Amino acid sequence: MILNTVILLGGIGLVFGFILAVAAKKFAVPVDPRQEHLLRILPGANCGACGFPGCSGYAEAMIKEGADPGLCTAGGTETVEKIGEILGREASLRERRVARVLCGGRDCEQKFNYVGINECYAASSVAGGFKSCRYACLGLGDCVKACNFDAIRWEPGKIPEIIPQKCTACGKCIEACPVNVIKLIPEKAEVYVKCGSHDKGPSVKKICKAGCFACRICVKFCPEKAITIEENLAVIDYSRCNGCGICVKKCPSKTIIYTEKHSSKEPEERSKKKKNAESQATNHS
Amino acid sequence: MNEISLFGIFLSAMIVNNIVLIRFIGLCPFFGVSGRMESAIGMGMAVIFVMTVSSAVTWVIYNYLLVPMGLEFLKIVTFILVIASLVQLEELFMKKYIPNLYKSLGIYLPLITTNCAILAASFLHVDYSFSFIQALVYAIGVSLGFIVVIILFAGIRERLDTAPVPKALAGYPIAFFTAALMSLAFLGFKGLFGL
Repeated sequence: MILNTVILLGGIGLVFGFILAVAAKKFAVPVDPRQEHLLRILPGANCGACGFPGCSGYAEAMIKEGADPGLCTAGGTETVEKIGEILGREASLRERRVARVLCGGRDCEQKFNYVGINECYAASSVAGGFKSCRYACLGLGDCVKACNFDAIRWEPGKIPEIIPQKCTACGKCIEACPVNVIKLIPEKAEVYVKCGSHDKGPSVKKICKAGCFACRICVKFCPEKAITIEENLAVIDYSRCNGCGICVKKCPSKTIIYTEKHSSKEPEERSKKKKNAESQATNHS
Repeated sequence: MNEISLFGIFLSAMIVNNIVLIRFIGLCPFFGVSGRMESAIGMGMAVIFVMTVSSAVTWVIYNYLLVPMGLEFLKIVTFILVIASLVQLEELFMKKYIPNLYKSLGIYLPLITTNCAILAASFLHVDYSFSFIQALVYAIGVSLGFIVVIILFAGIRERLDTAPVPKALAGYPIAFFTAALMSLAFLGFKGLFGL
Protein backbone atom coordinates (compact mmCIF):
# COMPACT_ATOMS: atom_id res chain seq x y z
CA MET A 1 0.00 0.00 0.00
CA ILE A 2 2.70 2.43 1.04
CA LEU A 3 4.84 1.37 -1.88
CA ASN A 4 1.93 1.89 -4.25
CA THR A 5 1.32 5.35 -2.81
CA VAL A 6 4.92 6.37 -3.23
CA ILE A 7 5.11 4.97 -6.74
CA LEU A 8 1.88 6.60 -7.82
CA LEU A 9 2.55 10.08 -6.43
CA GLY A 10 6.21 10.00 -7.42
CA GLY A 11 5.21 8.77 -10.86
CA ILE A 12 2.63 11.49 -11.41
CA GLY A 13 5.05 14.09 -10.14
CA LEU A 14 7.78 12.78 -12.41
CA VAL A 15 5.52 12.65 -15.47
CA PHE A 16 4.20 16.17 -14.95
CA GLY A 17 7.65 17.46 -14.13
CA PHE A 18 8.96 15.95 -17.34
CA ILE A 19 6.06 17.35 -19.38
CA LEU A 20 6.59 20.80 -17.88
CA ALA A 21 10.32 20.67 -18.56
CA VAL A 22 9.71 19.72 -22.19
CA ALA A 23 6.97 22.33 -22.52
CA ALA A 24 9.17 25.04 -21.06
CA LYS A 25 11.72 24.32 -23.78
CA LYS A 26 9.28 23.77 -26.59
CA PHE A 27 6.92 26.64 -25.88
CA ALA A 28 9.67 29.02 -24.84
CA VAL A 29 9.06 32.48 -26.19
CA PRO A 30 12.36 34.12 -27.03
CA VAL A 31 12.67 37.22 -24.88
CA ASP A 32 15.55 39.61 -25.16
CA PRO A 33 17.48 39.10 -21.89
CA ARG A 34 17.91 42.86 -21.69
CA GLN A 35 14.13 43.21 -21.47
CA GLU A 36 13.94 41.08 -18.33
CA HIS A 37 16.89 42.96 -16.90
CA LEU A 38 15.15 46.27 -17.59
CA LEU A 39 11.96 45.03 -16.01
CA ARG A 40 13.84 44.19 -12.83
CA ILE A 41 15.33 47.70 -12.70
CA LEU A 42 12.08 49.57 -13.34
CA PRO A 43 10.13 50.44 -10.17
CA GLY A 44 7.31 47.99 -10.93
CA ALA A 45 4.61 50.41 -9.85
CA ASN A 46 2.95 50.26 -13.30
CA CYS A 47 1.99 53.91 -12.91
CA GLY A 48 2.00 54.69 -16.61
CA ALA A 49 3.95 57.93 -16.30
CA CYS A 50 6.08 56.87 -19.28
CA GLY A 51 2.99 56.55 -21.45
CA PHE A 52 3.33 52.79 -21.93
CA PRO A 53 1.07 50.13 -20.41
CA GLY A 54 2.97 49.33 -17.23
CA CYS A 55 6.63 48.68 -16.60
CA SER A 56 6.73 45.54 -18.74
CA GLY A 57 5.19 47.46 -21.63
CA TYR A 58 7.83 50.16 -21.26
CA ALA A 59 10.67 47.62 -21.11
CA GLU A 60 9.37 45.98 -24.28
CA ALA A 61 8.98 49.32 -26.04
CA MET A 62 12.55 50.35 -25.16
CA ILE A 63 13.96 47.14 -26.64
CA LYS A 64 11.72 46.75 -29.67
CA GLU A 65 10.74 50.27 -30.62
CA GLY A 66 13.69 52.15 -29.18
CA ALA A 67 11.56 54.22 -26.84
CA ASP A 68 13.22 57.08 -24.98
CA PRO A 69 14.92 55.58 -21.90
CA GLY A 70 14.49 58.80 -19.91
CA LEU A 71 10.75 58.55 -19.39
CA CYS A 72 10.60 56.81 -16.02
CA THR A 73 9.96 59.68 -13.65
CA ALA A 74 8.91 57.29 -10.88
CA GLY A 75 12.33 55.63 -10.83
CA GLY A 76 14.25 58.88 -10.94
CA THR A 77 17.80 59.54 -12.05
CA GLU A 78 19.20 56.33 -10.60
CA THR A 79 16.89 54.09 -12.59
CA VAL A 80 17.39 56.02 -15.78
CA GLU A 81 21.17 55.79 -15.48
CA LYS A 82 20.97 52.03 -15.03
CA ILE A 83 18.67 51.76 -18.04
CA GLY A 84 21.20 53.74 -20.05
CA GLU A 85 23.95 51.30 -19.02
CA ILE A 86 21.94 48.29 -20.12
CA LEU A 87 20.90 49.76 -23.42
CA GLY A 88 24.33 51.24 -24.04
CA ARG A 89 22.65 54.49 -24.87
CA GLU A 90 22.87 57.98 -23.47
CA ALA A 91 19.96 58.35 -21.10
CA SER A 92 19.06 61.37 -19.07
CA LEU A 93 15.94 61.99 -17.11
CA ARG A 94 13.79 64.81 -18.22
CA GLU A 95 13.66 67.54 -15.65
CA ARG A 96 11.98 66.18 -12.57
CA ARG A 97 8.61 67.70 -11.96
CA VAL A 98 6.05 67.39 -9.21
CA ALA A 99 2.32 67.93 -9.23
CA ARG A 100 0.86 70.88 -7.35
CA VAL A 101 -2.69 71.85 -6.58
CA LEU A 102 -3.14 75.34 -8.00
CA CYS A 103 -5.88 76.61 -5.76
CA GLY A 104 -5.53 78.63 -2.59
CA GLY A 105 -9.20 78.28 -1.78
CA ARG A 106 -9.19 80.11 1.54
CA ASP A 107 -12.75 80.99 2.60
CA CYS A 108 -14.06 80.03 -0.78
CA GLU A 109 -17.77 80.68 -1.11
CA GLN A 110 -20.21 78.02 -2.20
CA LYS A 111 -22.53 78.59 -5.11
CA PHE A 112 -25.04 76.13 -3.70
CA ASN A 113 -25.23 73.34 -1.18
CA TYR A 114 -24.16 70.14 -2.94
CA VAL A 115 -25.73 66.92 -1.70
CA GLY A 116 -24.86 63.94 -3.80
CA ILE A 117 -22.19 61.45 -4.71
CA ASN A 118 -19.05 62.31 -2.78
CA GLU A 119 -16.71 62.59 -5.75
CA CYS A 120 -15.23 65.58 -7.55
CA TYR A 121 -16.20 64.12 -10.90
CA ALA A 122 -19.87 63.81 -9.96
CA ALA A 123 -19.93 67.17 -8.18
CA SER A 124 -18.31 68.98 -11.11
CA SER A 125 -21.01 67.76 -13.48
CA VAL A 126 -23.71 69.53 -11.47
CA ALA A 127 -23.82 73.11 -12.76
CA GLY A 128 -20.02 73.28 -13.03
CA GLY A 129 -19.30 72.45 -9.41
CA PHE A 130 -20.58 73.91 -6.14
CA LYS A 131 -17.73 76.39 -5.56
CA SER A 132 -18.33 79.96 -6.65
CA CYS A 133 -15.09 79.84 -8.68
CA ARG A 134 -15.17 77.41 -11.56
CA TYR A 135 -11.44 76.84 -11.29
CA ALA A 136 -11.62 75.94 -7.61
CA CYS A 137 -10.56 72.67 -6.07
CA LEU A 138 -13.72 70.85 -5.00
CA GLY A 139 -11.90 69.03 -2.22
CA LEU A 140 -13.67 65.68 -2.56
CA GLY A 141 -10.50 63.73 -3.11
CA ASP A 142 -10.65 62.17 -6.58
CA CYS A 143 -6.93 62.84 -6.93
CA VAL A 144 -6.20 61.10 -3.62
CA LYS A 145 -7.92 57.96 -4.86
CA ALA A 146 -6.04 58.14 -8.15
CA CYS A 147 -2.58 58.42 -6.58
CA ASN A 148 -0.69 55.13 -6.58
CA PHE A 149 2.17 56.45 -4.48
CA ASP A 150 0.29 57.70 -1.43
CA ALA A 151 1.70 61.13 -2.17
CA ILE A 152 -1.40 63.22 -1.51
CA ARG A 153 -2.33 64.31 1.98
CA TRP A 154 -5.95 65.25 2.31
CA GLU A 155 -8.75 65.83 4.75
CA PRO A 156 -12.31 65.62 3.40
CA GLY A 157 -13.47 69.02 2.23
CA LYS A 158 -9.99 70.53 2.36
CA ILE A 159 -7.65 71.20 -0.51
CA PRO A 160 -5.28 68.25 -0.91
CA GLU A 161 -1.58 68.70 -0.39
CA ILE A 162 0.88 66.86 -2.59
CA ILE A 163 4.03 65.59 -0.93
CA PRO A 164 6.80 66.45 -3.41
CA GLN A 165 9.20 63.77 -2.14
CA LYS A 166 6.69 61.06 -2.92
CA CYS A 167 5.26 62.55 -6.13
CA THR A 168 6.57 60.88 -9.28
CA ALA A 169 4.80 63.15 -11.77
CA CYS A 170 2.91 60.21 -13.22
CA GLY A 171 -0.06 62.45 -13.96
CA LYS A 172 -2.79 60.17 -12.56
CA CYS A 173 -4.15 62.93 -10.33
CA ILE A 174 -4.15 65.41 -13.20
CA GLU A 175 -6.26 62.99 -15.22
CA ALA A 176 -8.60 62.40 -12.29
CA CYS A 177 -9.18 66.08 -11.49
CA PRO A 178 -12.33 67.28 -13.28
CA VAL A 179 -11.50 70.98 -12.84
CA ASN A 180 -7.87 70.62 -13.98
CA VAL A 181 -6.56 72.36 -10.90
CA ILE A 182 -3.46 70.16 -10.63
CA LYS A 183 -0.45 70.98 -12.78
CA LEU A 184 3.11 69.70 -13.08
CA ILE A 185 5.75 72.18 -11.96
CA PRO A 186 9.55 71.73 -11.98
CA GLU A 187 10.66 70.24 -8.70
CA LYS A 188 13.40 72.84 -8.24
CA ALA A 189 10.91 75.70 -8.46
CA GLU A 190 11.07 77.89 -5.37
CA VAL A 191 7.90 79.87 -5.93
CA TYR A 192 4.64 79.09 -7.67
CA VAL A 193 1.31 80.71 -8.41
CA LYS A 194 -1.30 78.91 -6.35
CA CYS A 195 -4.23 79.79 -8.55
CA GLY A 196 -5.56 78.49 -11.85
CA SER A 197 -8.30 81.01 -12.52
CA HIS A 198 -8.50 82.61 -15.94
CA ASP A 199 -11.42 84.82 -14.91
CA LYS A 200 -11.01 88.58 -15.16
CA GLY A 201 -9.46 90.35 -12.18
CA PRO A 202 -12.54 91.98 -10.61
CA SER A 203 -14.65 88.84 -10.77
CA VAL A 204 -11.86 86.84 -9.13
CA LYS A 205 -11.53 89.45 -6.40
CA LYS A 206 -15.26 89.29 -5.72
CA ILE A 207 -15.33 85.55 -4.98
CA CYS A 208 -11.86 84.64 -3.76
CA LYS A 209 -9.37 86.13 -1.35
CA ALA A 210 -6.49 83.96 -2.50
CA GLY A 211 -6.91 84.16 -6.26
CA CYS A 212 -4.71 85.90 -8.82
CA PHE A 213 -6.54 88.96 -10.13
CA ALA A 214 -3.85 89.91 -12.62
CA CYS A 215 -2.75 93.14 -10.91
CA ARG A 216 0.68 92.87 -12.60
CA ILE A 217 2.58 93.91 -9.48
CA CYS A 218 4.70 90.77 -9.68
CA VAL A 219 5.43 91.44 -13.36
CA LYS A 220 6.63 94.90 -12.49
CA PHE A 221 8.83 93.90 -9.57
CA CYS A 222 10.40 90.71 -10.86
CA PRO A 223 14.09 91.51 -11.44
CA GLU A 224 14.51 88.64 -13.88
CA LYS A 225 11.40 89.46 -15.92
CA ALA A 226 10.32 85.87 -15.38
CA ILE A 227 6.63 86.57 -14.78
CA THR A 228 4.05 87.35 -17.40
CA ILE A 229 0.28 87.59 -17.31
CA GLU A 230 -1.40 85.12 -19.60
CA GLU A 231 -5.18 85.00 -19.76
CA ASN A 232 -5.56 86.92 -16.49
CA LEU A 233 -3.18 84.68 -14.60
CA ALA A 234 0.44 85.21 -13.54
CA VAL A 235 2.72 82.65 -15.17
CA ILE A 236 6.28 82.06 -13.99
CA ASP A 237 8.95 81.13 -16.50
CA TYR A 238 11.08 78.76 -14.45
CA SER A 239 14.04 78.96 -16.82
CA ARG A 240 14.45 82.59 -15.69
CA CYS A 241 13.23 82.50 -12.09
CA ASN A 242 16.08 82.61 -9.57
CA GLY A 243 13.89 82.20 -6.52
CA CYS A 244 14.54 85.64 -5.03
CA GLY A 245 11.03 85.72 -3.59
CA ILE A 246 10.27 89.37 -4.34
CA CYS A 247 7.04 88.37 -6.06
CA VAL A 248 5.98 86.45 -2.97
CA LYS A 249 6.52 89.52 -0.79
CA LYS A 250 4.78 91.86 -3.21
CA CYS A 251 1.77 89.75 -4.16
CA PRO A 252 -1.24 91.54 -2.59
CA SER A 253 -3.45 88.45 -2.46
CA LYS A 254 -0.64 86.11 -1.36
CA THR A 255 -1.29 83.98 -4.42
CA ILE A 256 2.37 83.50 -5.26
CA ILE A 257 3.92 81.41 -2.50
CA TYR A 258 7.16 79.65 -1.65
CA THR A 259 7.57 75.95 -2.15
CA GLU A 260 9.28 73.94 0.57
CA LYS A 261 12.46 74.16 -1.56
CA HIS A 262 12.78 77.82 -0.72
CA SER A 263 12.35 77.82 3.03
CA SER A 264 15.06 75.16 3.36
CA LYS A 265 17.49 77.40 1.52
CA GLU A 266 17.93 80.39 3.81
CA PRO A 267 18.40 79.10 7.32
CA GLU A 268 20.63 82.08 8.16
CA GLU A 269 18.13 84.76 7.45
CA ARG A 270 15.39 82.98 9.28
CA SER A 271 17.49 82.32 12.37
CA LYS A 272 18.46 86.02 12.43
CA LYS A 273 14.82 87.01 12.43
CA LYS A 274 14.12 84.49 15.13
CA LYS A 275 16.96 85.88 17.26
CA ASN A 276 15.66 89.40 16.86
CA ALA A 277 12.21 88.32 17.93
CA GLU A 278 13.62 86.50 20.92
CA SER A 279 15.74 89.46 22.07
CA GLN A 280 12.73 91.74 21.74
CA ALA A 281 10.69 89.36 23.81
CA THR A 282 13.34 89.31 26.58
CA ASN A 283 13.59 93.12 26.50
CA HIS A 284 9.89 93.42 27.03
CA SER A 285 9.89 91.12 30.01
CA MET B 1 -27.06 9.30 -11.38
CA ASN B 2 -26.81 7.90 -14.88
CA GLU B 3 -30.50 8.38 -15.64
CA ILE B 4 -30.09 12.17 -15.62
CA SER B 5 -29.68 13.67 -19.06
CA LEU B 6 -26.55 15.62 -19.97
CA PHE B 7 -28.67 18.73 -20.25
CA GLY B 8 -29.94 18.14 -16.73
CA ILE B 9 -26.41 17.79 -15.42
CA PHE B 10 -25.39 20.95 -17.23
CA LEU B 11 -28.26 23.08 -15.92
CA SER B 12 -27.97 21.71 -12.43
CA ALA B 13 -24.25 22.44 -12.31
CA MET B 14 -24.67 25.91 -13.75
CA ILE B 15 -27.74 27.21 -11.94
CA VAL B 16 -29.43 24.89 -9.45
CA ASN B 17 -26.27 23.97 -7.56
CA ASN B 18 -24.30 27.05 -8.51
CA ILE B 19 -20.77 26.62 -7.26
CA VAL B 20 -20.52 30.07 -5.68
CA LEU B 21 -23.99 30.98 -4.52
CA ILE B 22 -25.32 27.58 -3.41
CA ARG B 23 -22.20 25.62 -2.53
CA PHE B 24 -20.21 28.66 -1.31
CA ILE B 25 -17.05 27.47 -3.02
CA GLY B 26 -14.64 29.80 -4.81
CA LEU B 27 -15.67 32.84 -2.77
CA CYS B 28 -12.12 34.19 -2.80
CA PRO B 29 -11.93 35.00 -6.53
CA PHE B 30 -15.65 35.82 -6.45
CA PHE B 31 -14.99 38.73 -4.10
CA GLY B 32 -11.40 39.39 -5.08
CA VAL B 33 -11.70 40.01 -8.80
CA SER B 34 -15.29 41.15 -9.15
CA GLY B 35 -14.46 44.82 -8.64
CA ARG B 36 -14.38 45.50 -12.35
CA MET B 37 -16.28 43.89 -15.18
CA GLU B 38 -13.16 43.48 -17.30
CA SER B 39 -11.24 41.49 -14.70
CA ALA B 40 -14.33 39.48 -13.77
CA ILE B 41 -14.68 38.31 -17.37
CA GLY B 42 -10.95 37.53 -17.53
CA MET B 43 -11.13 35.43 -14.40
CA GLY B 44 -14.29 33.69 -15.58
CA MET B 45 -12.75 32.76 -18.92
CA ALA B 46 -9.64 31.42 -17.20
CA VAL B 47 -11.81 29.32 -14.88
CA ILE B 48 -13.78 27.83 -17.80
CA PHE B 49 -10.56 26.89 -19.52
CA VAL B 50 -8.75 25.39 -16.53
CA MET B 51 -11.77 23.68 -14.99
CA THR B 52 -12.70 21.80 -18.14
CA VAL B 53 -9.20 20.56 -18.83
CA SER B 54 -8.41 19.68 -15.22
CA SER B 55 -11.71 17.84 -14.74
CA ALA B 56 -10.97 15.70 -17.79
CA VAL B 57 -7.46 14.87 -16.61
CA THR B 58 -8.47 14.21 -12.99
CA TRP B 59 -11.27 11.93 -14.20
CA VAL B 60 -8.78 9.81 -16.13
CA ILE B 61 -6.30 9.70 -13.27
CA TYR B 62 -8.93 8.85 -10.70
CA ASN B 63 -10.69 6.13 -12.64
CA TYR B 64 -7.69 4.53 -14.31
CA LEU B 65 -4.99 4.99 -11.65
CA LEU B 66 -6.38 5.62 -8.18
CA VAL B 67 -9.37 3.26 -8.25
CA PRO B 68 -7.54 0.18 -9.66
CA MET B 69 -4.72 0.69 -7.16
CA GLY B 70 -7.12 1.20 -4.25
CA LEU B 71 -5.64 4.59 -3.42
CA GLU B 72 -8.79 6.72 -3.47
CA PHE B 73 -7.71 8.44 -0.26
CA LEU B 74 -4.90 10.13 -2.21
CA LYS B 75 -7.26 12.10 -4.38
CA ILE B 76 -6.71 15.47 -2.63
CA VAL B 77 -2.94 15.35 -3.06
CA THR B 78 -3.07 14.01 -6.60
CA PHE B 79 -5.71 16.45 -7.77
CA ILE B 80 -3.83 19.43 -6.40
CA LEU B 81 -0.67 18.20 -8.08
CA VAL B 82 -2.50 17.72 -11.37
CA ILE B 83 -4.22 21.11 -11.27
CA ALA B 84 -1.06 23.01 -10.37
CA SER B 85 0.92 21.36 -13.16
CA LEU B 86 -1.87 21.84 -15.67
CA VAL B 87 -2.12 25.54 -14.95
CA GLN B 88 1.63 25.88 -15.49
CA LEU B 89 1.40 23.94 -18.71
CA GLU B 90 -1.51 25.98 -20.00
CA GLU B 91 0.32 29.17 -19.15
CA LEU B 92 3.36 28.12 -21.17
CA PHE B 93 1.18 26.95 -24.04
CA MET B 94 -0.87 30.12 -24.20
CA LYS B 95 2.18 32.35 -23.95
CA LYS B 96 3.50 30.73 -27.10
CA TYR B 97 0.42 30.23 -29.25
CA ILE B 98 -2.29 32.60 -28.02
CA PRO B 99 -0.33 35.60 -26.73
CA ASN B 100 -3.37 37.87 -26.83
CA LEU B 101 -5.40 35.58 -24.61
CA TYR B 102 -2.34 35.15 -22.41
CA LYS B 103 -2.05 38.89 -21.99
CA SER B 104 -5.68 39.30 -21.00
CA LEU B 105 -5.75 36.28 -18.67
CA GLY B 106 -2.13 36.69 -17.59
CA ILE B 107 -2.57 37.57 -13.92
CA TYR B 108 -5.54 35.30 -13.32
CA LEU B 109 -4.05 32.04 -14.51
CA PRO B 110 -1.59 31.57 -11.61
CA LEU B 111 -4.34 32.62 -9.20
CA ILE B 112 -6.44 29.71 -10.40
CA THR B 113 -3.86 27.20 -9.12
CA THR B 114 -5.24 27.78 -5.66
CA ASN B 115 -8.86 28.22 -6.67
CA CYS B 116 -10.90 25.74 -4.66
CA ALA B 117 -13.72 25.78 -7.21
CA ILE B 118 -11.48 23.85 -9.63
CA LEU B 119 -10.64 21.26 -6.99
CA ALA B 120 -14.30 21.08 -5.96
CA ALA B 121 -15.42 20.36 -9.52
CA SER B 122 -12.95 17.47 -9.67
CA PHE B 123 -14.15 16.10 -6.32
CA LEU B 124 -17.82 16.44 -7.18
CA HIS B 125 -17.62 14.46 -10.39
CA VAL B 126 -15.92 11.73 -8.36
CA ASP B 127 -18.67 11.90 -5.71
CA TYR B 128 -21.41 11.65 -8.33
CA SER B 129 -19.46 8.88 -10.10
CA PHE B 130 -20.00 10.47 -13.49
CA SER B 131 -18.88 8.98 -16.79
CA PHE B 132 -16.20 10.86 -18.69
CA ILE B 133 -18.62 12.78 -20.89
CA GLN B 134 -20.85 13.60 -17.94
CA ALA B 135 -17.84 14.86 -15.97
CA LEU B 136 -16.84 17.08 -18.86
CA VAL B 137 -20.34 18.52 -19.25
CA TYR B 138 -20.50 18.98 -15.49
CA ALA B 139 -17.21 20.92 -15.43
CA ILE B 140 -18.35 23.18 -18.27
CA GLY B 141 -21.64 23.76 -16.45
CA VAL B 142 -19.93 24.61 -13.18
CA SER B 143 -17.50 27.02 -14.82
CA LEU B 144 -20.24 28.70 -16.86
CA GLY B 145 -22.20 29.08 -13.63
CA PHE B 146 -19.15 30.72 -12.09
CA ILE B 147 -18.69 33.20 -14.93
CA VAL B 148 -22.40 34.09 -15.05
CA VAL B 149 -22.49 34.81 -11.34
CA ILE B 150 -19.20 36.72 -11.24
CA ILE B 151 -20.30 38.90 -14.18
CA LEU B 152 -23.65 39.64 -12.53
CA PHE B 153 -21.87 40.45 -9.30
CA ALA B 154 -19.29 42.67 -11.00
CA GLY B 155 -22.11 44.60 -12.66
CA ILE B 156 -23.76 45.20 -9.31
CA ARG B 157 -20.47 46.15 -7.65
CA GLU B 158 -19.67 48.70 -10.33
CA ARG B 159 -22.94 50.39 -9.48
CA LEU B 160 -22.28 50.05 -5.76
CA ASP B 161 -19.16 52.16 -6.22
CA THR B 162 -21.24 55.24 -6.95
CA ALA B 163 -24.12 54.41 -4.62
CA PRO B 164 -24.52 56.28 -1.32
CA VAL B 165 -23.52 53.37 0.93
CA PRO B 166 -23.48 53.99 4.71
CA LYS B 167 -19.93 54.40 5.92
CA ALA B 168 -19.93 51.28 8.10
CA LEU B 169 -20.99 49.12 5.17
CA ALA B 170 -18.80 50.62 2.45
CA GLY B 171 -16.56 48.20 0.58
CA TYR B 172 -16.66 44.50 1.37
CA PRO B 173 -19.55 44.46 3.89
CA ILE B 174 -22.06 45.70 1.33
CA ALA B 175 -20.58 43.29 -1.22
CA PHE B 176 -21.22 40.39 1.15
CA PHE B 177 -24.79 41.54 1.71
CA THR B 178 -25.28 41.70 -2.04
CA ALA B 179 -23.84 38.24 -2.51
CA ALA B 180 -26.11 36.90 0.23
CA LEU B 181 -29.17 38.35 -1.50
CA MET B 182 -28.05 36.85 -4.81
CA SER B 183 -27.62 33.52 -3.05
CA LEU B 184 -31.18 33.74 -1.70
CA ALA B 185 -32.43 34.36 -5.21
CA PHE B 186 -30.57 31.32 -6.51
CA LEU B 187 -32.08 29.22 -3.72
CA GLY B 188 -35.32 29.56 -5.66
CA PHE B 189 -34.01 27.02 -8.18
CA LYS B 190 -33.49 24.41 -5.45
CA GLY B 191 -34.93 21.01 -6.27
CA LEU B 192 -35.09 21.45 -10.04
CA PHE B 193 -33.63 18.42 -11.89
CA GLY B 194 -33.07 16.77 -8.50
CA LEU B 195 -29.32 16.92 -8.53
